[in-house]
Amino acid sequence: MYLADSRSTKAPVAPGTRPGRRGAAVPGTVLALGAVSLITDISSEMVTAVLPLYVVAGLGLSPLGFGLLDGINNGVGALVRLVGGHLADRGGRGHKTVAAVGYGLSAVCKPLLLLAHTVPLIGAVLAVDRTGKGLRTAPRDAMISLATEPEHRGRAFGVHRAMDTTGALLGPLVAFAVLRATVDGYDAVFAVSGCIAALGVLVLLLFVPTPARTADAPPRSSLRDSLTLLRLPALRRLGLCAVLLGLTTVSDSFLYLLLQRQLGLSTHLFPLLPLGTAAAFLLLAVPLGALADRIGRRTLFLAGHGALLLAYVLVLARIPGGAVAVGVLLLHGMFYAATDGVLAAATANATPADQQGAGLALVGTGQALARFACSLAFGAAWSAWGGHTALAATATALAVSAVAAYLLLRSPDEVTE
Amino acid sequence: MTLPQPPAGGAPIARLLTLLIAVLLLGGIGTGAVLYAADRSGKRDEEQQGGPAVRAGSVSLQPAGQQLVFRSMAWGPHRDELATVPADHPDGERTASGVKCLRFHAAAGTGICLQAVHGALEDTYRTVILDAKLHELHTFPAAGIPTRARVSPSGYLAAWTVFVSGDSYAGTDFSTRTAIVDTRTWALQDNLETYAITKDGHPFQSHDTNIWGVTFADDTRFYATLATGGHTYLVQGDVTARTLTTLHQNVECPSLSPDGTRVAYKKRAPGAPADAPWRLYVLDLRTMTETATAEQRNIDDQALWADDSTLVYALPGDFGADLWTTPADGSGSPRRLVSAAVAPAYLG
Repeated sequence: MYLADSRSTKAPVAPGTRPGRRGAAVPGTVLALGAVSLITDISSEMVTAVLPLYVVAGLGLSPLGFGLLDGINNGVGALVRLVGGHLADRGGRGHKTVAAVGYGLSAVCKPLLLLAHTVPLIGAVLAVDRTGKGLRTAPRDAMISLATEPEHRGRAFGVHRAMDTTGALLGPLVAFAVLRATVDGYDAVFAVSGCIAALGVLVLLLFVPTPARTADAPPRSSLRDSLTLLRLPALRRLGLCAVLLGLTTVSDSFLYLLLQRQLGLSTHLFPLLPLGTAAAFLLLAVPLGALADRIGRRTLFLAGHGALLLAYVLVLARIPGGAVAVGVLLLHGMFYAATDGVLAAATANATPADQQGAGLALVGTGQALARFACSLAFGAAWSAWGGHTALAATATALAVSAVAAYLLLRSPDEVTE
Repeated sequence: MTLPQPPAGGAPIARLLTLLIAVLLLGGIGTGAVLYAADRSGKRDEEQQGGPAVRAGSVSLQPAGQQLVFRSMAWGPHRDELATVPADHPDGERTASGVKCLRFHAAAGTGICLQAVHGALEDTYRTVILDAKLHELHTFPAAGIPTRARVSPSGYLAAWTVFVSGDSYAGTDFSTRTAIVDTRTWALQDNLETYAITKDGHPFQSHDTNIWGVTFADDTRFYATLATGGHTYLVQGDVTARTLTTLHQNVECPSLSPDGTRVAYKKRAPGAPADAPWRLYVLDLRTMTETATAEQRNIDDQALWADDSTLVYALPGDFGADLWTTPADGSGSPRRLVSAAVAPAYLG
């Protein structure tokens, strides 16, 4: 049924790929963008890893105030991503420029942390950092999809996400190596992080080619043009499914909290839970991306949510013990590996080449806002009914959404190249 | 592999050369920053001019006379070690114990020391319960960065709070974890958020509760901060019944007076700047009246009662933090008690 998803098209071959070779190497552009993400994530996760320590032990402040900024950042981040995707498509070759501005903005924030010594100022720097992240996400994904043959996009996004996660896992290690060498030298951590971020921007500028101008692309002038993308049935269905399933995706921190409480895990294991998810994501991103190319991205996207549902059920079963926790984290990482890059690949195939940025931003933003709404609703449900009932309700809703998504996605992919 | 066209920034050789130069340049800056910071940290191991005299010696949590114990932050070989001074001569020579703590408190011969354990890959934290001779009785892993520690007046119960940052990438989502241990049985309650909460007279449940800053009345009752929905409350807790009951709003880091009648705390003062919101107040638990102390600066610490009328607290100083003191009744004015010190407790 989903064979159409992986059918070979007569689409013009994207630059950087060689046609007709099964299992051909991942395009250089994707590897270069993966390297940029890897380097940038080392830089940003260095800061994330030491920031609480810096605020509490270094500055003697309480970091609780940061939490208040989170809601604002989420909303702004989603809007910025739409703007980034839209700007990137203008004139057909703005992807690299917008991405460079996004990466650059975040790079500038690292040395700024050397000067910010109060919680509101640090929060403001973090907000700018997130704006940069929002700005660069859609054009970066557009460049990945434009550089890859449609039938290999699942694997290409898988490779990118795996490299990205590698950086995220390396960042804390580098940060603590610097802290160890300098004895509480937080300024050195920020300085090194800034240097690494600058290197990421440079690799982008030097080694990521500007996507070829798409022929006869009319210059897009308003954000409303991005929204006309929703007239494309395939993209509309995909976006709808992403939103529907996003509305039933419990945020990571809630899931870890429930896992810890339901299984009675000792609290000192808590910081290890996100690492478990990331490790599973890293290991599975490439194989599941390649699998998506073979059996269909929509199939795998739905299967990924099946893994999430199974993770919910495992938490709800309240079987004590560490083995269950490992199982839940494996399923959670599998969920990300089967959906994160895979959704981007599916979206890319449902979006015209000259509107890749806008299309990817639209679906990505829809999903992010839906997940944010789920967080708010889940928090309220937890307060009213308790965590167990809230998760049981979410699991039921996820099962219903998955069936609806299956029905919506049954029709074949339209590869509009 | 040939890179796709059009070339991004000149010929491949030129791009590689540019990258090489940038790596050398940025690597140089990074290395310089690390070396500078490492050199600076080396200087911290040398005593500073005009700093307090520190001498290694034996420290007891049940000394012959009245003593003040704290984490000494003065530069030199004994930096960050627990040190004592005579309570009536806080500026005198410090006796350093060799035990390093980030946060500390002690009562009746029992000490609680929150320590960092420097691992090869990352720092972890642990809570150490010490006997009167500073020998380790028991250790517990701590889930995050230590912030508050208290021992009950009898020395039987100990409580501690750490900051936990759960999520990656967002990096702004912090919460607290507070635990209490009974040093007679080593029974551990590792998360007070599981206590039954009564807020404004009604049972209350919320996912966003945070509890921190325990101060003990006896071996059953304690006071602490409960935060939920953007507000903070003074709660009275019961270790046996596992309950928390709200008493008053806008109270953080309470500290119970030795006579058990008043609580000193930091309050978000109306009109204070957002980045320095806290002022030191005292609440009378019988009349629920608040008194502002003479200290007008921003206080981000759990105060300590020197006696029934005097408060001690930390403020940022040249070498991390200094301890200051002010009368609890709002009279007088603040004065510096000890420089380069934090996390104090009175002994004897």
